[in-house]
Amino acid sequence: MGAIVIEKLTKTYASGWLGRPPFVALSGLSLMVERGEIFGFLGPNGAGKTTTLKILLGLVRATSGTAMLLGKPVGDVETRRRIGFLPESPYFYDYLTAEEFLGFYGQLAGLTRGEIAPRISALLELVGLVEARTRQLRKFSKGMLQRIGLAQALIHDPELVILDEPMTGLDPVGRKQVRDLILSLRDRGKTVFFSTHILPDVEMICDRVGVVMKGRLLASGRVEDLLRQGHTHSVEVVCQDFNAEDSATVRSYATRILQQGRQCLVVLPNADLLDRMVNEIRQRGGRLLSVTPHKASLEDLFFQSPAHTTSDVPTEILSGRPN
Amino acid sequence: MAAIGVIALNTFRESLRDKILYNLLLFAGMLIGLSVLLADLSITEHHKIVADMGLAAINLTGVIIAMFVGISLVSKEIDRRTVYTIMARPISRTCFILGKYAGLALTLFVNVAIMLAVFLITLWLYHVPIGLAIFQAVGLLFMELLVVTAIALFFSTFSSSMLSAILTLGMYVIGHLTTDLKSVAGKSASETASMVMNGLYYLCPNLEAFNIKGQAAMGIPVGSDYLVLASLYGFAYAAVLVTGACLVFQRRDF
Repeated sequence: MGAIVIEKLTKTYASGWLGRPPFVALSGLSLMVERGEIFGFLGPNGAGKTTTLKILLGLVRATSGTAMLLGKPVGDVETRRRIGFLPESPYFYDYLTAEEFLGFYGQLAGLTRGEIAPRISALLELVGLVEARTRQLRKFSKGMLQRIGLAQALIHDPELVILDEPMTGLDPVGRKQVRDLILSLRDRGKTVFFSTHILPDVEMICDRVGVVMKGRLLASGRVEDLLRQGHTHSVEVVCQDFNAEDSATVRSYATRILQQGRQCLVVLPNADLLDRMVNEIRQRGGRLLSVTPHKASLEDLFFQSPAHTTSDVPTEILSGRPN
Repeated sequence: MAAIGVIALNTFRESLRDKILYNLLLFAGMLIGLSVLLADLSITEHHKIVADMGLAAINLTGVIIAMFVGISLVSKEIDRRTVYTIMARPISRTCFILGKYAGLALTLFVNVAIMLAVFLITLWLYHVPIGLAIFQAVGLLFMELLVVTAIALFFSTFSSSMLSAILTLGMYVIGHLTTDLKSVAGKSASETASMVMNGLYYLCPNLEAFNIKGQAAMGIPVGSDYLVLASLYGFAYAAVLVTGACLVFQRRDF
């Protein structure tokens, strides 16, 4: 049994006005997150990510379909002892100090005072907020709030951590810290399910991803598998004392040629052409300066291709099951 | 059950760190002090004016706190989305509502206790006799605050802060006029008007049942049977409203 099992989940919000159609936030979403993996839940704003997370945490009731967390149906209060959650752009009780704040959530999770004190110290150390331990949250920056939010999600050492847009509002250093934290959680056997629209982060740390759009799961699978689907990688070659415009061979396969002084930049459509290109440079007395491969990104795959609809994605990837 | 205590203590801590509450307490203190000045201006019944004004000040401040903190108890948690992280913890929605209510009840108790202390000092300085009636009046006044808090909490579980404030204020005003509603219903020629008045009489709380300030100012205590009955009525009415708030909150989407 997976850590999260979602089957045909649908959520429809009533419009509130007569004559207006109801808003369908989720439409038959099915998904499975294995225990011990990092699963990235991707999608643009309004795709249904937060609604899914809210249903998982019992904040919103599904119109139809089922969802199970750690083998129990969502809404089971006791299961929440094993779950940590960080909402999107969290606002916390700003009159509390960092220490009081973590203590409060520790108590709510059912920890004893003896258990809470060492957890607070360890977590403040982990998220780099030891210095701010006695500072009220109203004096925290956005990034600090995000980090203390992460600490509250982990105060009771949960098996499953659900994070809604955990990188939002963080600077590059903060994003790296969160990435490292998520990876360390997986190393300790925890399952991490997080929603985001920051794709490079997902590509870097996720074992698997699910892409949701307009309330439907567009694709799910390993990042490498998704990137491999029919996409070629381009390669940028920079050379010196070689004029690519003079070479009919290079002109025939290069997708772009840019000559600047003695240097020339040639973009190749795939890595297979690299050997031919290097030979041509040598034969004409030029010098190779650099070769930069460009991998297709998830962004290229799902958000820059208007033709990408559910029907374009192979069925084994749409199944939502791990390969 | 422990979760209710944790939520209640946090609610109490929130109010302790809210500057508005201290301003209200200062306002109550000034009103109590002002009663001495007003008593000096009157020709007779100095003691009654001091006691009357003091009790009214405690009542007014208590109702403002109960009403305005009460309506924001739940709506603020939802608007600011703090409820997300609370509901993600192993506590039921009922525990959350009970904890919020208990927290505000504790806040009101402490505030009423502070105002009572200021009031007693004022009475002592002005040589007004301090009898059992004063304590009975403050006790029933606190019971009224518990009912007003429950009304505010109930409305805030399904309506906006503004609407909750209007509805709570409406219930509070009608609650003090229920006896009049009953008599108007009896005298009304229109059957519909009579039914509406009777409906409001039975639906709205009879807050006048908790108002013994007038006789307490004259030092006349009420019987213990009245105290017990009025308290039971208050507890029962508040319990029904808090149960209603729990039921509504159970079904809410956030």
